[in-house]
Amino acid sequence: MTDDRQLRVSKIENGTVIDHIAGGQALNVLAILGIDGTAGEVVSIGMNVPSDRLGRKDVVKVENRELSQSELDVLSLIAPAATVNIIRDYDVVDKHLVERPDHVTGILQCPNHNCITTEEEPVDSRFEVLDDGVRCEYCDTIIRENLAAHILV
Amino acid sequence: MRQDHIISAKQLSRADIETVLDRASDIASDPGAYADRHPNALLGLLFFEPSTRTKMSFSAAIKRLGGDIVDMGPVEYSSVKKGESLADTVRVVEGYADALVLRHPSEGSAKMATEHVDVPLINGGDGAGQHPTQTLLDLYTIRENAGLDDLTIGIMGDLKYGRTVHSLAYALTNFDTRQHFVSPDSLKLPRNVRYDLHEAGSSIKEHTELDDILPSLDVLYVTRIQRERFPDESEYREVAGQYQIDAGTLEAAKDDLTVMHPLPRVDEIAYDVDETSHANYFQQAHNAVPVRMALLDMLLGGDQ
Ligand SMILES: [Zn+2]
Repeated sequence: MTDDRQLRVSKIENGTVIDHIAGGQALNVLAILGIDGTAGEVVSIGMNVPSDRLGRKDVVKVENRELSQSELDVLSLIAPAATVNIIRDYDVVDKHLVERPDHVTGILQCPNHNCITTEEEPVDSRFEVLDDGVRCEYCDTIIRENLAAHILV
Repeated sequence: MRQDHIISAKQLSRADIETVLDRASDIASDPGAYADRHPNALLGLLFFEPSTRTKMSFSAAIKRLGGDIVDMGPVEYSSVKKGESLADTVRVVEGYADALVLRHPSEGSAKMATEHVDVPLINGGDGAGQHPTQTLLDLYTIRENAGLDDLTIGIMGDLKYGRTVHSLAYALTNFDTRQHFVSPDSLKLPRNVRYDLHEAGSSIKEHTELDDILPSLDVLYVTRIQRERFPDESEYREVAGQYQIDAGTLEAAKDDLTVMHPLPRVDEIAYDVDETSHANYFQQAHNAVPVRMALLDMLLGGDQ
């Protein structure tokens, strides 16, 4: 009922609603998606909204933008409980839970400055997804905290 | 074993390791039998940083199998200086050689290189990453002296940056070993290595003093604490001094303790240890040739 009411409050015509983001992570989600408002997107953010499932959750609504699979992959790393609703003509046409992939490619920057993926070589960064972080498949460096800070722009 | 590339000790199973070590003992006992195994084979040596011993032992190994080397030479004189990528360099050189050895200052370089070549590639050391052939010769030496099961091994020195330590510790998880790590707090094992050891189901113990565990050890593997890791000389002196051993230190050890070191040493093992029965580091260095011969023989199709 709660979810339904919130959706109704600010229904969007076309775009994406990301729900059940852990409380306080909404801005990191936007950072991951590369959304900072400068391109004129209409973005609504609800932070620390009461939630039955999470206690407190964040909700992000982005108009006229549908998420790609690779964006969902990265999203899953910082918002593993998120649900993503794709909206067209005010209807939810697609609803999915994010799934943690086994690997993410080309999305995160390896923090090891001596890693080959940080050099001028034809190679994409590639990380194995662990239970509690990610691990560079080239140099083995593990990132556990603040994944959002390592997102490639 | 049929491996295309040797990148990390992590890819080697117990069976793989035993196959290489068995072949190496076979070679060591009768090197002449292998003298013409690969008469036309060319091994490409791509050394982007100097490593005289690794390079010499690979050269010796391929020549003792009847083959030869093609050597990129020092980086200063190569196209790398003109800005060529590693990916391009390996793609060019694979056309000249039947197998490649790559030594490169960046971690993950060997793995990336394998994505661009079809000939077998051996990681001869990638930054602080991996050095799997050193691990194989270390294991060979350990097996000769102490066996690889029911083994208590101490690994001491710079455990943070020492890639030989990382590869060895991981490979030892394939065997029934108890691993003790001795280092200053600032040079403890990195998180990713601890993670691997934990994943492999291995219980490890970390110490700052060798005295605590020396009497229980079958093998003591010593590495160099590098001066450049410390902001100032006095800090280095203070730490390094605690991790030096001499013949007197070893009086507390078992009679059959094996002392190893990947060399070069600076002063972490005093010369008086050389005279004791514990010293095994020169034998360890010599074992590089039969072990690398065994590996090359297998990568070049010696099984067929
Ligand atoms: Zn890396």
